[in-house]
Amino acid sequence: MLAFILRRLLTIIPTLFLVATLVFVLVRLAPGGPFDAEREVPAEVKKALDEKFHLNDPITTQYKDWLVQLVTKGSLGPSMKYSNRTVEEIIGITLPVSMELGLWAMLVALAIGVPLGILGAVRQNTWKDSLAMASAMLGISIPRFVLAPLLVLVLSLKLYLLPVARWESWRHMVLPVFCAALPMAAYIARLARAGMLEVIRSDFVRTARAKGLSERVIILRHALKGGMLPVVSFIGPGFAGLLVGSLVVEKIFDIPGMGRYLVESVLNKDYYLTAGIALVYGTLLMVSNTAVDIAYKFLDPRVELDR
Amino acid sequence: MSEETPLPAVAAVPDPGPEHPAPERPSVHGEHHEIEKGTSLWRDAWKRLKKNRVAVASAIILIVLVLVCIIHPEVTKYPYDQANLKLGATSPSWRDHWFGTDDYGRDLFSRVTFGGRVSLAVGVIATFISFTIGVSYGAIAGYFGGRIDGIMMRIVDVLYTLPLLVFEILLTAFFANKDTIFYEWFIAVLGIFKDDPTDPAFLPLFKIVFVFGALGTMSWLTMARIVRGQVISLRGQLFVEAAQSVGVSDMRLIFRHLIPNALGPIIVYTTLTIPEVMLTEAFLSFLGLGTEEPLSSWGQLVSNGVESLDLNPWLTIFPGVMLAVTLFCFNFLGDGLRDALDPRIRKD
Repeated sequence: MLAFILRRLLTIIPTLFLVATLVFVLVRLAPGGPFDAEREVPAEVKKALDEKFHLNDPITTQYKDWLVQLVTKGSLGPSMKYSNRTVEEIIGITLPVSMELGLWAMLVALAIGVPLGILGAVRQNTWKDSLAMASAMLGISIPRFVLAPLLVLVLSLKLYLLPVARWESWRHMVLPVFCAALPMAAYIARLARAGMLEVIRSDFVRTARAKGLSERVIILRHALKGGMLPVVSFIGPGFAGLLVGSLVVEKIFDIPGMGRYLVESVLNKDYYLTAGIALVYGTLLMVSNTAVDIAYKFLDPRVELDR
Repeated sequence: MSEETPLPAVAAVPDPGPEHPAPERPSVHGEHHEIEKGTSLWRDAWKRLKKNRVAVASAIILIVLVLVCIIHPEVTKYPYDQANLKLGATSPSWRDHWFGTDDYGRDLFSRVTFGGRVSLAVGVIATFISFTIGVSYGAIAGYFGGRIDGIMMRIVDVLYTLPLLVFEILLTAFFANKDTIFYEWFIAVLGIFKDDPTDPAFLPLFKIVFVFGALGTMSWLTMARIVRGQVISLRGQLFVEAAQSVGVSDMRLIFRHLIPNALGPIIVYTTLTIPEVMLTEAFLSFLGLGTEEPLSSWGQLVSNGVESLDLNPWLTIFPGVMLAVTLFCFNFLGDGLRDALDPRIRKD
């Protein structure tokens, strides 16, 4: 088990290296630079800036320096737009906000999706099932950036129930968390239903019924653990998708999260900031995938990890 | 015990005998008259699909939507980019502007139908690209197997772990502009149709074409996996051996025999890729990276509308609802097709 965890953690490294390289290459292949703004910068200033950020070095040297800094000091380089701030400072401030949004959204998604999916499976082919699955489909189909403005319009601008934007008290969090969570909840509901259906038909559930256990105990004690496997395996990629998907939520609700800086840095050609944020996303994706793989082993001992 | 039929009774039942050799007990399914008529996967699937009322309704709505988006921009008296600054933003009315007008006095209904063209075109073209790559990749990996398969699928595994949406953002932001080689290619192709391809008016068009390509080349992974699985399960069957024995070449065998036999899951997944790609385009446009003025797409219209959500909510509501309805219909149709075409994952 320990060996497996270690090995999985080790395979993260080459993939991260690949992500880092791809991002760096992409960022640097892009035409234009961070300092060709609309306002013409004097030639000497531009030269000094290029000098400061080592933009005149050969690109391979820049790449090597960046990697070495990253590995030895954990430094992601300076931001070019926000002078005197390093990339890790910006990420250090904004990532916790994004994570807070993401984790709450994940919890809400599970709290909505899992019961809905179980309901669908237990009451299969009844109107409850149809209703649950139709609303799940609706949840998948409504983009977050359509849902969010509509909810803001009704709940904030017409009914004055919740604040329109910002990230301060729990009342500010309700709408963004719900909007980020809904598509995920819908996916989870579908997965939970499919997983439960499979388990409900299996022999051990039939045995439990034959023993005369109550339906409640059968579902919650016996079937739930196996039925949630598809949901668990979705949490890894789902969480990463949630973070990237929250980009639009952060934009709409003016939340000071990391996603906003990704788009902004991309448009500003703030090379190191873009590369740093992309790398953080890649790391989160891989770590959550690995965590899920490990959790899987605990939930389903049949899974053979050491292939 | 009484349920067990005593032996003599079996003998008493008229033997279906020679006319119905029936090795697979057709009467158990209660539809052996179907078998006599000669049924196929496609006819069965069509019957099942027709019974699924939601899927049929989705298909009809989609057809109407597509027709409106194709026809309306051609016949309307308010072209999508015709501004009327004196008019400004007006709310929807039954008489004139059904969806109202935007800040520049442009008819929102025209902008929505024109945006629908862009959004649907992204869905269809990018899906077609991903279909082409995914199907050939998966089929080749599955057919040749062994080390080739190992390497090809390992690449897919690695690509799966990348944050693709982030890369899509980077790609469109960095490369959908004038200074890239892609723009030169675009001009070269456009030069065939237009006299002056370098006209900056074509730049928004280039951006859209770039988004088609970027999304298409990044959404083929799942398709490749599905097709590979199908091909592997088909590879051992007799018709493949028969084709090989008469000297059919590998490529011909893959593209003429194996892929057509795996078409069910391919169609299902293609239908489900369309809304996914459309959603991604809308996402990019919402972030200000995809479709640009004066062109429109649903994502971009929502993005613009949100800025005056308080004053002119219709600018957000109409394009947003159109997008959601379209995605909803595609998803339901895809689900219906899956139930119809893939008997193994049928809901019972």
